[in-house]
Amino acid sequence: MNKFILEGVNLWYGDFQALKGIDMEIPANKITAFIGPSGCGKSTLIKSLNRMNDLIEGCKVSGNILLDGESINGDTDVNALRKRVGMVFQKPNPFPMSVFDNIAYGPRTHGVKSKLALGEIVERSLRDAAIWDEVKDRLKKSALGLSGGQQQRLCIARALSVQPDVLLMDEPTSALDPISTAKIEELVITLKKHYTIVIVTHNMQQATRISNRTGFFLLGELVEFGKTNKLFSLPKDKRTEDYITGRFG
Amino acid sequence: MKRRKPRDLVLFLLTWVCVGVTALVLLTVVGYILFNGVPYIRPSLFAWEYTAQNKSLMPALVGTLMIVGLALALAVPLGVFSAIYLVEYARRGSRFVKVVRLTTETLAGIPSIVYGLFGFIFFGVFLGWGLSLMSGSFTVSIMILPLIMRTTEESLKSVPDTYREGSFGLGAGRLRTVARIVLPAAIPGILAGIILATGRIVGETAAIIFTLGNVARMPNHLFDTGRTLSAHMYALANEGTHAGEAHATAAVLLLVVIILNAVSSKIARIIKAN
Repeated sequence: MNKFILEGVNLWYGDFQALKGIDMEIPANKITAFIGPSGCGKSTLIKSLNRMNDLIEGCKVSGNILLDGESINGDTDVNALRKRVGMVFQKPNPFPMSVFDNIAYGPRTHGVKSKLALGEIVERSLRDAAIWDEVKDRLKKSALGLSGGQQQRLCIARALSVQPDVLLMDEPTSALDPISTAKIEELVITLKKHYTIVIVTHNMQQATRISNRTGFFLLGELVEFGKTNKLFSLPKDKRTEDYITGRFG
Repeated sequence: MKRRKPRDLVLFLLTWVCVGVTALVLLTVVGYILFNGVPYIRPSLFAWEYTAQNKSLMPALVGTLMIVGLALALAVPLGVFSAIYLVEYARRGSRFVKVVRLTTETLAGIPSIVYGLFGFIFFGVFLGWGLSLMSGSFTVSIMILPLIMRTTEESLKSVPDTYREGSFGLGAGRLRTVARIVLPAAIPGILAGIILATGRIVGETAAIIFTLGNVARMPNHLFDTGRTLSAHMYALANEGTHAGEAHATAAVLLLVVIILNAVSSKIARIIKAN
């Protein structure tokens, strides 16, 4: 089962072409990693999966992106799309409000009003993000008082609160220490049972530890895409081999 | 402890002296006003009706509060919503935004007497509002509009984009993102702008005398004339015979400004806590 199908996706920032003819099939309930050197287009691509690129001025996309067989281009309801395709960002970005309100913000946005229902959603989301035990006694306190790693798991819980199908993660551990990173990686592996996960990472070890599929990007092109263990042990393309063996990047 | 290098010491002394001079100037002004004014603060100074004997500042105090209230009620929504449009909705760097920004910057640099003359001719004569609370408050509201807009714009811009991304990423629309995430985070900065604007209104004399007039009478309705504390001080000092009462008025004015600031920061804290 494929969650996303990308057909000839091109993307421009003004005159600069950031993505060149990307064809790709992203399987459901698996972890797909995007790797590549800085500026290769991996973050750009992940942001086009929930149309966060719309916010950037002068950004133009051509080609087709299908989610469960339906195009997300053109006049798709982007708010409904982003509810289905949640996102976790590079730097933890909790809102300047209480832990509870951070998680309740999403469901409230989509019309959940009852206190009881919100309470249940908040607890479930925090449990799913493996942070409930650490914050259950401080739900009313500001989320900005949490550590960086806790904040990032809170942001994962926040993304889960609206029950998405897909979780996009744009270098979610690049701002974190190794222990927090390990916790998040462990969490991501458990989450794939219920969610399709796409993760951008700078860290090749991370891709090998957690992902099922890996795509290697270079200068806006998808150079190679396949099963993670295959791509890292028997890369088909010379450029992939050079990158994963550390010859550049 | 390392010994200070001579250059460090000089710089240290220089900054220390500057801080000292600044504090001293402020304390001298406040002290001078209190020393000369407080002995003249008597109950009769707060009598409802002004007479030539009691020199009551009550009509001026009421006039000040009404002008501040009306002008803020006009300028704050207009300024805040314009700033929200410019920062959150308009295409960044578009021609329209540039023109609006140029006009607000120009407006901010115009001397208040010019606003006074404009207000007098436009509101007072052309619209026929005469010298009145309406003319006065509309005039000063135009005067503080650029200030409110600029400070609101700056505080909206200082809200990190990551907050907006987080909200959009959850499927929230622009309206909800601005109302629930961006605006609450920007409130302290916006309130700081409102406090500055209040200070400008309270301290204004030229534009006020032109448009509200300077009559020591309790205003009965919005189209009635009146005076503000600053204009009252100007009148008393001009008469030359009541310098003490003028200082007393200045002392009360200081107190009013302090109370207004305390109230606004209290409001800021309450908004932030919720």
